[in-house]
Amino acid sequence: MQKSILTALCAVLACAATSPARAADGQVVIGDIDDLSGVYADVAGQGAIEAANMAIADFGGTVLGRKIVLLTTDHQNKPDIGASKFREWADQSGLNMLLGGSNTGVSIAMSKVAGAKKIPFFAIGAGGASLTGADCTPYTVHYAYDTTALGNGTASAIVKNGGKTWFFLTADYAFGTQLQESATRVVNANGGKVQGAVRVPLGAADFSSFLLQAQSSGAQVLGLANAGTDFVNSMKAANEFGITSAMKPAALLAFIADIHSLGLATTQGLYLTTGWYWDLNEETRAFGRRYFAKMNKMPTMDQAGYYSATMQYLNAVKAAGSTDPDGVMAQLRKTKINDAFTKGGYVRADGVMVHTMYVMQVKTPAESKYPWDYYKLIKAMPGEEAYGSQPDATCPFLKR
Amino acid sequence: MTSVFGVPLPAILGQLMLGLVNGSFYALLSLGLAVIFGLLGVVNFAHGAFYMLGAFAAFVGWQKFGLGYWWMLLLGPLIVALLGIAVERLFLRHLYRLDPLYGLLLTFGVAMIAEGVMHAHFGSSGNYYPVPGLLRGGLHLGFMVLPVYRAWVIVASLGVCLITWAVIERTSLGATLRAATENARLVQAFGINVPVLVTCTYGGGVALAALAGVLSAPIIQVSPLMGSSVVIVVFAVVVIGGMGSILGAIVSGLALGVIEGLTKVVYPEASNIVVFVIMALVLVWRPAGLFGRDP
Repeated sequence: MQKSILTALCAVLACAATSPARAADGQVVIGDIDDLSGVYADVAGQGAIEAANMAIADFGGTVLGRKIVLLTTDHQNKPDIGASKFREWADQSGLNMLLGGSNTGVSIAMSKVAGAKKIPFFAIGAGGASLTGADCTPYTVHYAYDTTALGNGTASAIVKNGGKTWFFLTADYAFGTQLQESATRVVNANGGKVQGAVRVPLGAADFSSFLLQAQSSGAQVLGLANAGTDFVNSMKAANEFGITSAMKPAALLAFIADIHSLGLATTQGLYLTTGWYWDLNEETRAFGRRYFAKMNKMPTMDQAGYYSATMQYLNAVKAAGSTDPDGVMAQLRKTKINDAFTKGGYVRADGVMVHTMYVMQVKTPAESKYPWDYYKLIKAMPGEEAYGSQPDATCPFLKR
Repeated sequence: MTSVFGVPLPAILGQLMLGLVNGSFYALLSLGLAVIFGLLGVVNFAHGAFYMLGAFAAFVGWQKFGLGYWWMLLLGPLIVALLGIAVERLFLRHLYRLDPLYGLLLTFGVAMIAEGVMHAHFGSSGNYYPVPGLLRGGLHLGFMVLPVYRAWVIVASLGVCLITWAVIERTSLGATLRAATENARLVQAFGINVPVLVTCTYGGGVALAALAGVLSAPIIQVSPLMGSSVVIVVFAVVVIGGMGSILGAIVSGLALGVIEGLTKVVYPEASNIVVFVIMALVLVWRPAGLFGRDP
């Protein structure tokens, strides 16, 4: 009996030991570790996988004569799962690049692995600006948006429109606190005042008691420093409890998928900041419609970002002539990004992909003329204004 | 603005109101647990799972079969009760003669299987369930806007709690039930089919959990994990009220909801643990619970 167990164990170990050679042979391996089933599954999730696949197909399916493969898994919003899966792919599957989706906590854990294993890591959908600050690595590229840009967009637009006193409803983890900090900085700098904040556990079932706290603060603006279904549920409860009639909600991070599920009647007039919108110009509309044909919804900025990041990486590999991480990163840093996602974007020394951000206001049902016609442009913010003109000084490898 | 201890009165009243809503759920859930424990001696760890299945019954009924809220308020508890009866007939009844720990382990396993199956089918993100048309809108109470649906939850669950209490404590059926738990053989000698009675009691307790599930569907996201997050609190409520005490479960359910609400005004960070602190204090002071009879 004992002998047979031992034999089986040996067989399993033998399999595990032989797998790396099998996977790495003549392939370029891209991984995607994202929330596929939780609060952020709708903003990136399956749609982001589809977008990455579109990019691979558009690129021709091969680079430097090697087949491009995409591995995907669900991190379940748990940093340990994200980091260990990344490590496993790096050690056993010959991973060349990682796309990391929503959740700042998970992305910070994965960026440590990227630094240690020297694998380019595109963080798309994690908001935390510390990914290119205190938690930066030479291999991290932060795409689509970060908490600094969101604060600079939405908070400054609202304070300038008279929303001087704020109360925050904050998701209780790295992303929420960083978003609240960045918005608070902007509110204070523009002569506003923060009257309080309440931290809500990620994925809370019921927001009503937190919203009553916000209401009793007497602030003018309800700053929602959360995202995904948390944002949707807090907006819904705010309407249900009549809080939106006294306070003006501010979406510090809202995706078009959220607006779609809440409907314009609930969200009209809401200010938000986005890195991309399908209805900006001919190129974005073309990409939006191609994606729509596959997924039956318009892409979010994360999903468009997945397409762009995959494309930029493959272009850099082609230009550098190899998948060597340092060569590819150098190539990425010296190339301007001009595609359906942005024009004139660039990867700054600390890893932020600096590009134009858009402050939007949600249309009223009467203003919306066709399906998914949801936003009107308030301001196109140049990349330096959104992300700051200098690299983040707290980034450790820049200090050396 | 009027204030008590520096906290504005409207804030206190608002949280009290929400506490009452939460308390109604606690009462309904702990009532089912107390009935099952009091009459069967089973520590039903699957209670949270049956609550979750009730909410999913409402969701699936609406999505797949086009059955509205009111239909599912009736059918949901019935369907889940049948499931509970199957669990009792197939597994639980073999364990009555053993230590209650075995029942606890079995029902815990049942809960994990139910959660796993729903997780595989529906994923872990919550599913949206609309508020029924008849109960939309809000009541302006002066200090807050109370959504009509939440007012309905308070009324409905208190009504069901009172009816259940009256049936068990004030009718001859209830008397037979209570007698059967005291001395099953004697009651059987009177020509009463005790095993059927026990099965129906378990089904009834499960139906209460499922009813709470249907009631909660429009308020919270319908998700596979909604049961496990609430079942621990509900157990604490039952312990505080006194294991098996029907009245204790109802009263302490409501009271703890309200206390939790008040904690959110004074010190929000403690609102998740206040129930357990009270449980610890009650266990030290009165091990049988507030309404329990000393053994």
